[in-house]
Amino acid sequence: MKVLVAVKRVVDYNVKVRAKADGSDVDLNNVKMAINPFCEIAVEEAVRLKEAGVASEVVVVSVGEKSCQEQIRTALALGADRGIQVETEGAVEPLVVAKLLKGVVEKEQPQLVILGKQSIDGDNNQTGQMLGALANMAQGTFASEVKVDGDAVSVTREVDGGLQTVKLKLPAIVTTDLRLNEPRYASLPNIMKAKKKQLDVFSPADLGVEVKSHLTQLRVEPPAERQAGIKVASVDELVDKLKNEAKVI
Amino acid sequence: MSLNFDSARLPNPHLTNDHNAWREQLRRFIDTEIMPYADDWDEAGHIPIELWPKAAAVGLLGLGYPEAYGGITEGTDIWFGWIAAEEMARIGVGGINASLMVHGIGLPPVINWGSEAMKQAVAPAVLAGEKHISLGITEPGAGSDVAGISTTAVRDGDHYVVNGSKTFITGGMRANWVSTAVRTGGEGAGGVSMLLIPTDAGGFSRTPLTRKQGWWASDTATLYFDNVRVPVKNLIGEENRGFRVIMTNFNGERMGMAASMEAQARVCLEEAVAWASERKTFGQRLADHQVIRHKIAQMKQKINATQAYLRICYESIASGQPNPGDIAMLKVQASETLEFCAREAMQILGGIGYMRGNRVERIYREVRVNAIGGGSEEIMRDLAARQYGI
Repeated sequence: MKVLVAVKRVVDYNVKVRAKADGSDVDLNNVKMAINPFCEIAVEEAVRLKEAGVASEVVVVSVGEKSCQEQIRTALALGADRGIQVETEGAVEPLVVAKLLKGVVEKEQPQLVILGKQSIDGDNNQTGQMLGALANMAQGTFASEVKVDGDAVSVTREVDGGLQTVKLKLPAIVTTDLRLNEPRYASLPNIMKAKKKQLDVFSPADLGVEVKSHLTQLRVEPPAERQAGIKVASVDELVDKLKNEAKVI
Repeated sequence: MSLNFDSARLPNPHLTNDHNAWREQLRRFIDTEIMPYADDWDEAGHIPIELWPKAAAVGLLGLGYPEAYGGITEGTDIWFGWIAAEEMARIGVGGINASLMVHGIGLPPVINWGSEAMKQAVAPAVLAGEKHISLGITEPGAGSDVAGISTTAVRDGDHYVVNGSKTFITGGMRANWVSTAVRTGGEGAGGVSMLLIPTDAGGFSRTPLTRKQGWWASDTATLYFDNVRVPVKNLIGEENRGFRVIMTNFNGERMGMAASMEAQARVCLEEAVAWASERKTFGQRLADHQVIRHKIAQMKQKINATQAYLRICYESIASGQPNPGDIAMLKVQASETLEFCAREAMQILGGIGYMRGNRVERIYREVRVNAIGGGSEEIMRDLAARQYGI
């Protein structure tokens, strides 16, 4: 069984993101970049499937500028077999990414596609679902457990009310939640081996996709700073403040 | 821009994506496998035996050693080693690095001067984290004065009979072998040999040295040799040529210590800046007081100088032309920087810095072992002066 995993290059989760002074975008100058944490969980799940003998090949794909090859190499160091970069310029919307991934799915014919449920930059939570619709594949989102059984996969999903398990017929799409697994760290020998693994580059045209923008970003501004809290002396004062200052009662 | 462990590192044009990937994955290993337990291990006075195979698997133990003996050299260079030293220092528990990486001083004599059979018997097991090797030079009566050692190895057929003792031996309690300096000839440097002594040999015994100022997580021992019979084939290099083996070993040790000390100084800076940005006195942040701002700037100034000097020395090693005098002075530069930064960070942290369980307090207690071990500041200056032909 072939598994396709999508990874995205995003600002490292440890970095405190700042808006540019002119408000045009997030400031990415000299900022540490990394694999989106949810995507890393997707890579780990695929590698575990391979180690368990369920998957025969793990292909990792990223959509972005040349720099995203760094994140593909990281995924290769973590155990993926081969990489694909779809080269695009600037920001691409979830719908475009989904269309490009559909092109890769048609080329590669994977039985299982694993994606992060969302990326920590845009927080869109759309790409996996859109790919499912475009590729006409079953989907199990927000997975906290994935079990492949013959030509089906059981996905335990984290939903508001608790856990829901769905059984999907392969080929299928899974998006990962935080608790699916804990990603490993790569060893130095594996970092070196990753440099020799195959990495193909496609253009959107190779996949028959036209990159279009449907959204315009108007402004990026930091969230308002929270005011410090105060201590109230009595219940009366609290009620008074809730009524007259906060105006919530 | 905030001033922290990473942002306080000057740019190094030699670093590539591969180096960054190594730093990232190694940090992840450390943050998962070491950081959460570091303080407890230090208080307990040892690190778990399981850590060695884990460190071997991630590539930490084998880095820089020949692939034929289980090491990792392919695609690597000296900058990978610098990164490893920095990241281990970031833990802020020096005893963990001292103990886990002690093969860094014990194994090179075997790799560089030992017989093929010796290398095969020792190196793969050590680099896999299954067995342990230490370096035995210092004696109760001779430390810095290496040529003055008095532990003897007297030839008897195809064995040496070893008598004497070694002290302050890092990893000595756990070691399966000790690369040991012994006297096989007359007085002075020309009578010193290096001998690989297995610790299961009859007549060998050891006692732990537990009441240390710092490096609690590192085991330290006194070793005793009472008519220990060691096969002649365990000789490392030629008989009576051990002084050269010892001296060539020092460059690597001093570079590693200097890199570690610079990074420890950066830990002090990071902790001091974080506290100064938060703590309020007299109606403003500590960091807003000029006297504190100057302390921080002065720490960074000394750290910058040490980093630049480190890079120069690493470059000279990479080009195959290391200058032992300059490396000796680098070690002094680094220990003086560390001493200054540990002091100033403690002053900024105040009472909270005096409490056990924070990195600055521990580093403060570990300054001296860095300033003395691997060659004291005084010996380093003397060596440099002689090197420069003054």
